[in-house]
Amino acid sequence: MNTRLVLALVVSGAVALTACGGTTKDSSSRQTGGATNAAKADPNAPLKEGLKITFLPKQVNNPYFTVAQKGAEQAGTALKAEVKATGPSDAAASSQVTYINTAAQQKQNALVISANDANAVAPALKSARSQGVKVVTFDSDAAPDARDVFINQARSNDIAAGQVKLISDAVGGSGEIAILSATPNATNQNAWIEVMKTELAKPEYAGLKLVETAYGNDDDQTSFQKTQGLLQAHPNLKGIISPTTVGVAAAARYLSSSEYKGKVQLTGLGTPNQMRKFVQDGTVKSFALWDPSKLGYLATYAAAALASGQITGAEGEKFKAGDLGDYPIGAKGEVVLGPPQVFDAGNIDKFDF
Amino acid sequence: MTALALRGTAARRLSTRVGRVRELGIVVALALVVIPTAIVNPRFVQPQSVRDLLLNASIVALLAVGQTLVVITRNVDLSVGSVLGLSAFLTAQQFANHPGTPLLAGIGFGIGIGLACGLLNGLLVALGNVPSLVVTLGTLYVFRGIDYALAHGRQINAANLPDALLDLGSSRVLGVPVLVLVTLATVAVAALYLRSYRSGRELYALGSNPEAAKLAGIPVAKRTLTAFVLSGLIAGLAGALWVARYGTVDAAAGSGLELQVVAAVVVGGVAIFGGSGTVAGAALGALLLGTITSCLVVLQIPAFWQQAISGALLLSAITVDRLLALRLAKALRTTEGTSHA
Amino acid sequence: MRSLLRWETALVLLLVVVALTGQISTNGAFLDGGNLFYLGLDIGEIALIALPLTLVIVAGEIDLSVASVLGLSSALVGWLWNAGWPLETILPVVVVGGAVCGAVNGLLVTRLGLPSLAVTIGTLALYRGLALVVLGDTAVADFPASYTSFGTTPVPGTNLPYPIALAAVLAVLFGIALHASSFGRSVYAIGANEEGARFSGIRVKRIKLILFVLAGAVAAVAGIVYTFRFSSARADNGVGLELAVVAAVLLGGVSIFGGRGSLFGVLAGVLLLGGLRNLLILRDTSTEVLTIVTGLLLLVSVLAPSITRSLRKATT
Repeated sequence: MNTRLVLALVVSGAVALTACGGTTKDSSSRQTGGATNAAKADPNAPLKEGLKITFLPKQVNNPYFTVAQKGAEQAGTALKAEVKATGPSDAAASSQVTYINTAAQQKQNALVISANDANAVAPALKSARSQGVKVVTFDSDAAPDARDVFINQARSNDIAAGQVKLISDAVGGSGEIAILSATPNATNQNAWIEVMKTELAKPEYAGLKLVETAYGNDDDQTSFQKTQGLLQAHPNLKGIISPTTVGVAAAARYLSSSEYKGKVQLTGLGTPNQMRKFVQDGTVKSFALWDPSKLGYLATYAAAALASGQITGAEGEKFKAGDLGDYPIGAKGEVVLGPPQVFDAGNIDKFDF
Repeated sequence: MTALALRGTAARRLSTRVGRVRELGIVVALALVVIPTAIVNPRFVQPQSVRDLLLNASIVALLAVGQTLVVITRNVDLSVGSVLGLSAFLTAQQFANHPGTPLLAGIGFGIGIGLACGLLNGLLVALGNVPSLVVTLGTLYVFRGIDYALAHGRQINAANLPDALLDLGSSRVLGVPVLVLVTLATVAVAALYLRSYRSGRELYALGSNPEAAKLAGIPVAKRTLTAFVLSGLIAGLAGALWVARYGTVDAAAGSGLELQVVAAVVVGGVAIFGGSGTVAGAALGALLLGTITSCLVVLQIPAFWQQAISGALLLSAITVDRLLALRLAKALRTTEGTSHA
Repeated sequence: MRSLLRWETALVLLLVVVALTGQISTNGAFLDGGNLFYLGLDIGEIALIALPLTLVIVAGEIDLSVASVLGLSSALVGWLWNAGWPLETILPVVVVGGAVCGAVNGLLVTRLGLPSLAVTIGTLALYRGLALVVLGDTAVADFPASYTSFGTTPVPGTNLPYPIALAAVLAVLFGIALHASSFGRSVYAIGANEEGARFSGIRVKRIKLILFVLAGAVAAVAGIVYTFRFSSARADNGVGLELAVVAAVLLGGVSIFGGRGSLFGVLAGVLLLGGLRNLLILRDTSTEVLTIVTGLLLLVSVLAPSITRSLRKATT
């Protein structure tokens, strides 16, 4: 039969090609670096006015990013720059690529992006940079050679170690715990989870045991159901860490309406407005975050500094971020906003975001 | 009674028996899935877990009831996910902006939105004489787009919703969650309509053989319109209940549900070409699919297998249905062959 | 046939309108070479899959599992790459894998007589599930630059992305198959009247099987393209793409009942939807407008022939 003949030809062709050797993981040559910045930084260069900056969060209907966007727009007004916000409505790995390409096509001066997947956006970012767009990542990094500067909300160590400490305090130092994360490929999530695992291996947390990491995909309904699943699968679960604002809000909602309220502890990274009710009714003892609007503000100032030639993203450079003051650039182009803020019943009413 | 009439009734009994066997089959499959899981992890059959399971399945089951009405008439409604999303967001917004809205009025608002969407679908299909797959694919996009446009990226938080609404999602009557009761009530009403009301039975005739139905005087356009209106109405109700259950709503609520619902309906024994199937079967199909997901989680089998298993289950269900239908047709032919006087 | 021709003319007119409006409203940025390159990248996979899907729908069937085959192929590429296989072997093997997936669909439809809508909804879940089993939640991203540059650099000397060049070649082949061969005539006959086609000697089951196999194989190719374009093999690549492809095919004037439609119309449909999306994002319009417009276009594409038919009946 013809089909069998075709199949045989294809397969034997493939085998023949293998015999001649081929491109394998080991043999392939890696692409060397991204666009190298030959320009030198001039710290005294004035901040340009009228810069065009695109703000591209992981997804548009996420309250955390809405707050960050406000910060970016504030910075835009102060800088007399035009900040436009755009983005996909789902946090899938490749959804942002079209928007990155469009920013390059629109000849934007800078792009401020929180990457859904460090690698999926890298080719598009590199292409944008080669067309003159400065790329600043914030919140969730892309591959370091695909961007100029990364604004980290806090040191990954501080965030992750803080989370482990919060859950340890809440459950009394021993018991099974689980992590409810966002999307499996989010750079920031994976960085924090790695540090958490290292922390948990330390002697002072010997009583805690991590039994599962679940992924809620930053979708409210999925996070809600994954929380259910965690509790069903692990009858001895004592605590959950959810380092994502969508996840911790959904988990808190489920716990507070179930029989596990108060019995299973929850902590994570959440916004005070979403979590207030659950702190007040005892579902959550404490949680942490930073001010997303400051993050957006700082990222936009960094973008302006790059586009004006004040910095190139090299270690040791400094720039002034408006009201927030001076910020130094650390290794691999990373800038840290500051330490995370812990919220509990004592201070939660002071915040409004 | 003549031998002829006897064989006729025998065939009719056979077809009802096949229908019941089909539903029994789902119940057996449920047992096969639940019992081993319960043995491995007894927490699975504790009240909280059972409640969660029923609650998770109840929204899809509700949508499956509406979808059954449409599929029976040899149509399909792919827009149910978008209708649910639109209804959920607008209902949540209504409650958030006007906290004094009475509970039933707000839910009625959601139902109304669903009804309007269903009406649009029905008019296009029935009067425009256009294939429902294309129409509902189009309205899937249109309704979802309107949803996003109205939402402007906002998210309505549980914190902004009245407690009465949120309590509806978790409160119980005699231990059974209210949402589950609403679904059961809808199944019961729909089943009654299809079995005992002339217009309901005519839906089956319409799906079995549209030309014959028209010749027999059945108002085809009107019945098709009714089916879509009811499907939209039920999707609107499901949207309001979604808000009660999950609390936080954004414009993406319900995306992708339509394929889950069609899968539930098919697993539940409703023929995709119309003419047969029951709402009870469809609801059980939704329950089965939801239970499998939960079982996998409890058994700590990686959730990755869930989709593959659902797909395999769906394929086996339609294969079984096909084989049953062939046997039934053969049985009916044997009686018909002798019916020419 | 005339009402169909009129729809294709309408599509071409719409394309011209979009191109002109785009060019004017973006000060020339829309039809700029670089932008057209990005546009081509965006519609690459949809254009590829739309080709065999057109034939499937013309034959009166449907295949909703194509996006899952894309995802499964992507997952297989990643998994085999991690296992140390050379890419030259992986690619043909994955295409054969896609053909096998299509064959499963085809056999269930032709041998068991199951309705293709239900079958492909089942295989949509099954193949996506298999993709998840193969690659899990991880992504494989370390493909060599010589391959991933297909997604970022155009064919030398032009603004054409490689995927579009591939799609163009396949479009010619499929176009000849559908419109200028006896195979294509058989496909139309099957869609118009399956019983009649069978009685006139057309091997209905065989042809349908071939169509499903083609759909699977091309979906696998699209999966490979997708993987290299984003330099990322993931099990959830392409989720939801099937609706976009079906929408483009239906928009192109192919009747869901089978027996009518042309590849030219489908290509125009793909281009129209892709162009609109590109234009709207370029103008910073929110994408919900695009979603609504897609839906409306789809509705118009079926209502227009129906309305013109009843108008003609009323006036004769």
